[in-house]
Amino acid sequence: MTAPTIFGICAALLVGIGLFGVIISPHPLRKLLAFNLIGSGVFMLLGAVARRGAAAGMGGDPVPQALLITGIVVAFSATALAVALLLRLFNETGSVTLAADARAHPDAGDT
Amino acid sequence: MPAQDLTTPGGLLLVLAVLVPFAGMLAGLALGGRNAQRVALATMPAGLGIAVAIAGALSGAGGELVYLLGNWAPPLGVALRADAASALMLVAVAVVISGIAVYACGDFSTPRSAREARAPLTFWILLLAVWGSLNLVLVGGDLFTLYVALELLTFAAVPLVCLDGRGETLQSALRYLLFALLGSMFYLLGAVLLYGSYGTLDIALLAARLRPEAVPFAAAALMTAGLLAKTALFPLHIWLPPAHAGAPAAASAVLSALVIKGSWFLVVRLWLKAMPSLAGLASMQVLAGLGAAAIVLGSIVALRQERLKLLIAFSTLAQIGYLFLMFPLAFDPASAQLAAGNALAGGIMQAVSHATAKAAMFMAAGSIYAALGHDRLEGLTGIGRAMPVSMLAFALSGLALVGLPPSGAYLAKELLLEAAAQSAQWWWTIVIQAGGMLTASYVLLVLAHAFTLGERSTARVSRAARIGEMAALTLAACSLLLGLLPWDAWLPPARPALSLPLSLEALSKGLWPLVAGALLAIWLGRWGHPAPFGKAIVARLGAARRAGLAVGKLIERIDCRLRQWPAASVSLLVVAMLLGAAVMVAR
Repeated sequence: MTAPTIFGICAALLVGIGLFGVIISPHPLRKLLAFNLIGSGVFMLLGAVARRGAAAGMGGDPVPQALLITGIVVAFSATALAVALLLRLFNETGSVTLAADARAHPDAGDT
Repeated sequence: MPAQDLTTPGGLLLVLAVLVPFAGMLAGLALGGRNAQRVALATMPAGLGIAVAIAGALSGAGGELVYLLGNWAPPLGVALRADAASALMLVAVAVVISGIAVYACGDFSTPRSAREARAPLTFWILLLAVWGSLNLVLVGGDLFTLYVALELLTFAAVPLVCLDGRGETLQSALRYLLFALLGSMFYLLGAVLLYGSYGTLDIALLAARLRPEAVPFAAAALMTAGLLAKTALFPLHIWLPPAHAGAPAAASAVLSALVIKGSWFLVVRLWLKAMPSLAGLASMQVLAGLGAAAIVLGSIVALRQERLKLLIAFSTLAQIGYLFLMFPLAFDPASAQLAAGNALAGGIMQAVSHATAKAAMFMAAGSIYAALGHDRLEGLTGIGRAMPVSMLAFALSGLALVGLPPSGAYLAKELLLEAAAQSAQWWWTIVIQAGGMLTASYVLLVLAHAFTLGERSTARVSRAARIGEMAALTLAACSLLLGLLPWDAWLPPARPALSLPLSLEALSKGLWPLVAGALLAIWLGRWGHPAPFGKAIVARLGAARRAGLAVGKLIERIDCRLRQWPAASVSLLVVAMLLGAAVMVAR
């Protein structure tokens, strides 16, 4: 088993754990952390891809690394925005939940 | 070096299209206060001019504008590309943004007493940010640039949802952000897989290199599913209704008319440009099947809404479904791949027409809310007399959505029907026709309430709001008259003429959905008809009406279940797997 394969498998595991967390955990902060896990998995895969490209004889394919850095910056800004929203939500309502539905009530009486 | 790898004359326009709104955004942020609004309004004509120039450069020839950033050719460099479809979208976006900006001058002016107010400053900066990132989505030439553009679009759209900072709007914004992020991770994963196999993310190069094998199948499924989550196609519409419930009208107009079109356009790009050879008929049927479900569910739930704004939001849900009907119709059995033709022309036309009409609708609804202090359907009686301009804007945009000639939606419908006939897919003909009827039903429901004569309405319209009303009316008229423009120069259809027959036959074709829609509204509408004769009809229906209400209630329950977080995120996985399986089956 080559190093890129091991990294690829780890990446798949990370994505899987992250997906599980996003679906299962009710707390938005946990969802956010799980999202970051998925992100890490994807970025690790990108790293493995860069290494595999290096089989062509280069020291490493530089393009995925540039993509990776950009991707991390984007994911970081997303996380920051989400945390800011979370904090603001907590300050406004005193709790943090996504459960309540802002929309109408399907069981209200019909005319 | 192939010809497409060179910057074409006029390629610089693409850079300007992206740069000008972002420059305006930065300037607005730096200058602050009421200058943000001034900068934004000054940017509008410039951006509009650039978009028109791009469309002008692309008319007739059917070529592409290309700009290589830093003169580096792909795969190492990044290219910006625009074809006729993106040029039309660029113009539509510029027009709608300008319309919304004029409307927002009423709601989002910094008050005289303050030097700077939070909501107006944020709104104007975010409006420019949405515009810039949308333009980048429309001209981006490689999948990673498009990923960054989509993220920028989401980051600009999310705070628009919670401009007023109330708890429930913050919650909707957070929900939107988290779901959109999940979608973008799916997209990015697909892009990474493609890079791993082919060593490029440039759309033109990918199209040449793609082979039908496992990795691109998985990538296509993942990327499409992720984009669908951002577009809010059924069953991934978890974030859309709550986001519209509390957002200011101008923000709703931006979200509904423009933001969702970004990720939709990317799905079109992906399948028609990057991987036309991968698309089997099966996967395209899945996409359009979801669209058909969205049309039915969105329309029926819209008929049951208590508030005008939510009714329009659910109408958006249905119209998103309409946008996805083009995919199987673009499938060319002879070459076994997707081909740009009537279906693509119809899809783009539908998108442009929906963008203008829906923005006008939200703006009209916002004016009504501002004047009445509420937007409950039952309280709208007599508003047609009190606010004729707003209701006219609503009515015109509604009729444009239904597809009354000479609206853009009418042409879109004709093109899609033609494509359905050509490719012998009769079932989509039924869906297209039924979609028109369902649209008519909720539009007529609102009009029936608004134009019923009741006690004098208490609506008060301020002078500032009158300009907003006119902006809504202008956009609505745009949508209704879209069919009269000379489209042939940009969307060469397979059929010789994309002209508009202004005959009695065409008019009757446009009118019968209205009749059927009225019947549907009486049968399924939750609020009945306000006028005495309407009440009499409704009372006469008895068992049939009870059955209609039961159906509506059931569908509303299903919708509620689907919009719970676990159901929605599992749906995302299921949609991805379904698409993957469908792509595999085709090969």
